[in-house]
Amino acid sequence: MKEQNKMTLAKQRSRDTNRVATIFLIPVCVLLIIYMLYPIVDTFITSLFQWNGISADKLFIGIENWKELIVDKDFWEAFLHNCVLMVFSIIIQLPISIALATFLNFLGKRGGIFKVIWFIPMLMSSVAVGFLFQYILATNGGVISMISNLFGGGNIDLLGSNKFALFAVLGVVSWQSIPFYMVYFLASYSGISTDVFEAAKIDGATRGQYFWRIALPLLKPSISKAVILSLVGSLKYFDLIFVMTQGGPGNSTELMATYMYKNSFVNFNMGYGSTVAGGMFILITIISLVTMKATSGKED
Amino acid sequence: MDTYKTKKVKKSIAWTVAFVLAIFWLIVSIFPFGYMLMNSFKGRFEIMTSGVFTLPESWFPANYLEVLQGDFWKYFLNSVIVLVVSLAVLLMLAAAAAYPLARMKFRFGKLCFSLIIACMSIPIHITLIPIFRMTTKTGLYDSIWALIGPYVAFGIPISVFILTGFMKDIPKEIEEAAMLDGCGKFQAFFRIILPMSKPGLATLAIYNGVNMWNEFSFAYTLTQSASNRTLPLSIWEYKGQYTMNTPMILSVLTLTVLPMILLFICTKEKLIEGMSAGAVKG
Repeated sequence: MKEQNKMTLAKQRSRDTNRVATIFLIPVCVLLIIYMLYPIVDTFITSLFQWNGISADKLFIGIENWKELIVDKDFWEAFLHNCVLMVFSIIIQLPISIALATFLNFLGKRGGIFKVIWFIPMLMSSVAVGFLFQYILATNGGVISMISNLFGGGNIDLLGSNKFALFAVLGVVSWQSIPFYMVYFLASYSGISTDVFEAAKIDGATRGQYFWRIALPLLKPSISKAVILSLVGSLKYFDLIFVMTQGGPGNSTELMATYMYKNSFVNFNMGYGSTVAGGMFILITIISLVTMKATSGKED
Repeated sequence: MDTYKTKKVKKSIAWTVAFVLAIFWLIVSIFPFGYMLMNSFKGRFEIMTSGVFTLPESWFPANYLEVLQGDFWKYFLNSVIVLVVSLAVLLMLAAAAAYPLARMKFRFGKLCFSLIIACMSIPIHITLIPIFRMTTKTGLYDSIWALIGPYVAFGIPISVFILTGFMKDIPKEIEEAAMLDGCGKFQAFFRIILPMSKPGLATLAIYNGVNMWNEFSFAYTLTQSASNRTLPLSIWEYKGQYTMNTPMILSVLTLTVLPMILLFICTKEKLIEGMSAGAVKG
């Protein structure tokens, strides 16, 4: 009898817990379903229609949009631009930010002024950064042109050139993102005990040796995480490009996200826009899963 | 002795090189900002005749006064309202969700947690079209209220993740003692867990706050008329108003960046810590 009482009491309590937990979790789950889960499903459904997104004129065309996407040169070119952005982001941003973080780590508290100023680009909104660099890179009266004029090189139109626009934007993207990775690696450094450095110092290691042989291997997990962050970030990049070049000139800086935006909100072809968004989602998921597998395999 | 000396020379060379590079990067970081500030004080024609590298003729903030007398405060207020409401709702809901995930054992708890975390990797552009249609259908389109839902939702995964970690570290004994005193789960949450999570909430307020203040894609897609733009987007309106008046636009840019710079000056370390929390823990 007593035993049974205890059982029901325990059951009662766990049921209570379940009830309370549900109440606490419901608002969050509802919001996630409305703003994330449903939109994903809806995007894939909309991708099966030919539709401008507004009128009642909604034509079911099955996988026609997807067939078009697979042979859509513009989309794959945009994807290629994303990949260029991805590769250069990783090889430019990560080494520089590791160097900056290492410098700050060696200086300790004395490096405060460096840290504060190096951090500033991160505070500016993409819109502000985009507009500001439009002026800095402007053909007439821009900073780059002025420097070039100083050496007799004439005006340079970086953002208007098919060849260089993507790299000009890449530079701006790096300028804006490096502070983020810098504070990220700085935080990773704080995870390495100061004892490790002291011990290395006693053993006669120089700072250079400490960095290459001790700190860098210890930072490896953080680095591979940063690679994934940078990779996913580059694949879904939108803001700065949209503000600075709108994908142009021609489509030389078109990215998957800007291509999707133009299809949906400029040309009002929301059916195909959804297909592009869906394709982007699939590509990002596959690439990040593969990279995660690859990097986690190395750690073992 | 000799090896000691060469070692010392080597060391000082290395430090010199490091400092030169560090100062170079200092210039790279601050130059665009300085360019913006310096030229924002110039007159419309002054910038054409004297170029961008000279100091302005006078530091009288004529451009700023003109901008501040216009619609600036309207955009500023829009941004503040969106920020305050979204942040309040987000922190409240995220804390509520983190509480059972961190401190209760219940069915599907782990699954629920991983599902919420998985949402972190969803790119916003896949949700853009459906959310745009939702806001037009519900009549929220082209109002600042349309932004609050997406801002809260996209802040949830990281916030729940960080807060769950934070709440796990609060000692069990405190809550148990309160329970023995007849305190229910709800009371325990509001009276004990929530106050004790304040540092975590502050970090998240900064992290989400900066992101919401600077947000672009939703603000650009879900609002349309000038009166409903947030501060970062107001630049487009000014650009129409002051075509070819570069210094004026630069002073607008400075003003849109200023709130974040001021916040940074006030909170410094806290802000850096908050901004990196998202990545480090995520």
